Amino acid sequence: MSLHIEGLGLAYGDRRVLHALSLPSIQAGSLVAVLGPNGVGKSSLLRALAGLQPCQGQAALAGATLSGVPPWRQQARVAYLPQQLPQATSLLAYEALQAAARARCAHLGSDALAARVTAIVKQLGIEPLALQRMDRLSGGQRQLVGLAQALVGEPHLLLLDEPTSALDLHWQLRVLACVAARCRDAGAIALLACHDLNLALRFCDRVLLLAPNGDYRFGAPGEVLDAAWLRHAYAIEARIEQCSQGFPLVLADHPLISERIVHAEQL
Amino acid sequence: MNEQMMPGANSLQRAYRRTLLSRWLCLGVLTALVLASFISDLATGPAGLGWWDVARGLLQPGRLDAAQAVIILELRVPYALMALVVGASLGLAGAEMQTALNNPLASPFTLGVGAAATLGAALVILLRPNLGGLGADLLLPLAAFACAFLSCLLLLLVARLLGEALHTLVLFGIALLFGLNALVGLLQFLADADALQQIVFWTLGSLARADLQRVALVTLVFGLCLVLALRQAWALTSLRGGEEQARSLGIRVGWLRTAVLLRVSLLTGVATAFVGEVGFIGLVGPHVARLLLGEDHRFYLPGSALAGALLLSLASLASRALLPGVILPVGLVTAVVGVPLFIVLILARGRSA
Repeated sequence: MSLHIEGLGLAYGDRRVLHALSLPSIQAGSLVAVLGPNGVGKSSLLRALAGLQPCQGQAALAGATLSGVPPWRQQARVAYLPQQLPQATSLLAYEALQAAARARCAHLGSDALAARVTAIVKQLGIEPLALQRMDRLSGGQRQLVGLAQALVGEPHLLLLDEPTSALDLHWQLRVLACVAARCRDAGAIALLACHDLNLALRFCDRVLLLAPNGDYRFGAPGEVLDAAWLRHAYAIEARIEQCSQGFPLVLADHPLISERIVHAEQL
Repeated sequence: MNEQMMPGANSLQRAYRRTLLSRWLCLGVLTALVLASFISDLATGPAGLGWWDVARGLLQPGRLDAAQAVIILELRVPYALMALVVGASLGLAGAEMQTALNNPLASPFTLGVGAAATLGAALVILLRPNLGGLGADLLLPLAAFACAFLSCLLLLLVARLLGEALHTLVLFGIALLFGLNALVGLLQFLADADALQQIVFWTLGSLARADLQRVALVTLVFGLCLVLALRQAWALTSLRGGEEQARSLGIRVGWLRTAVLLRVSLLTGVATAFVGEVGFIGLVGPHVARLLLGEDHRFYLPGSALAGALLLSLASLASRALLPGVILPVGLVTAVVGVPLFIVLILARGRSA
């Protein structure tokens, strides 16, 4: 199973956010970070792959077209975690998960569904949240429930839009380890939009860096993230240094204000 | 960590089963309250027939004198039953609307559906059209239903046009409410004294037009809509997480919303056609159910219907018990009872949040 993206482009009115994005085929088991500044099209890319947004070009998972196919016709193959957190309602987390499992795996019986829900709760380590009302949970806790909803259908392709934006350091590491394990053990592919470059360097085996003028760069994290491209994409002065354990770390020094103005004009 | 804080796999399912059990219990208690209110409703009225008379009259109708038979079989029973089914219809419609439009202020009346029914009724009262011998008895509910249905279709159309900017639909609904109220006001201004009184009576909402055929029709529509709604209970539950979340789970949100608004237009159209404007039930019923049962729609939908039935049945009881010898319009009582209840609910929510 592999993910193909060929000539993918999309626009809001006359503002283009992606210009004919073509990537080498992404193999099963890959965890890909989608990086780039605000408004560059990270979320739009994920939404287009999830079939939630019209786009040009082609995207296919294991030969089956993704782009332009709405989620209700994609069965359980693709899971998309929106950037917005699940709403604070009087629903129990367990009920929200059950509803997600029902929507994703309509063919399963209720015992099998309950087993799925219990398994994902255990896997993410959110047992203490399961019987709480969503409106009594913190933002980060709701984000964990949302992630569990996305994972409960055991998807082949995970499209996660800033899944760690509301999480503390402990849960950032746990969630990414869990996603990485799902890719490694079940051969799933995960695309992860995020702003934390160091998290991406640590966990992802491929990086897609989107720059404001439609440029992009794809490859191993160490090759893609260098000072010149960080300046180009984010308009920052940054250094890449080795930590004491040998991992590369991005250290952002200061913003390049004049370059950001240029980018804004190009948008 | 102890077992309570960190339930394991099986204990999680066990603990959830306890939650389910308490929900069923809660539904049971609500049902018992509805029955109690229904029986009290049957045994209250200006004629002074008490529990014993009504029970005997229902069990042995042959032994009633003519006046008692009329009071029990043609007034009290249809009134009390109509209060139940109309309350249940409005409760269900409000619950579905609040979920589908993702707004706790949505209800058939806050978005102008009730006002549309009033407009239809007022037009018939004022113009007295003569359509192929259809009497006002038939024409009035038909016009009310048609206008309520049309206003719901209008909401549906605007919802489709708005797409993702759904919160503006509630604003549109409120604008519709004001517009329709102004039109009704204009008709009242133009009406003669007799027509004016009829229109005002309609806007106050009343069970006085109830008979068993009408009860049967409202019950039929309610039953059908409840079954259809329960078939979509899981999808509606998913929608509570947020529209984008539901879409990403593969729920066809637009289709779901269309189905809900069609059901709401049927429920509200038929209910208001026979009793006029009865406010607050569709708004408060779902809030009561949410407070008691949470938002798993397998429980929330029947719970809202039961809460609506209970509220309107209590209002019907109060409408006869408040002033001796007088039956107040039930819509007036729901507003009098509903407003304080609603304020208490809002304050309770505000404190817990």
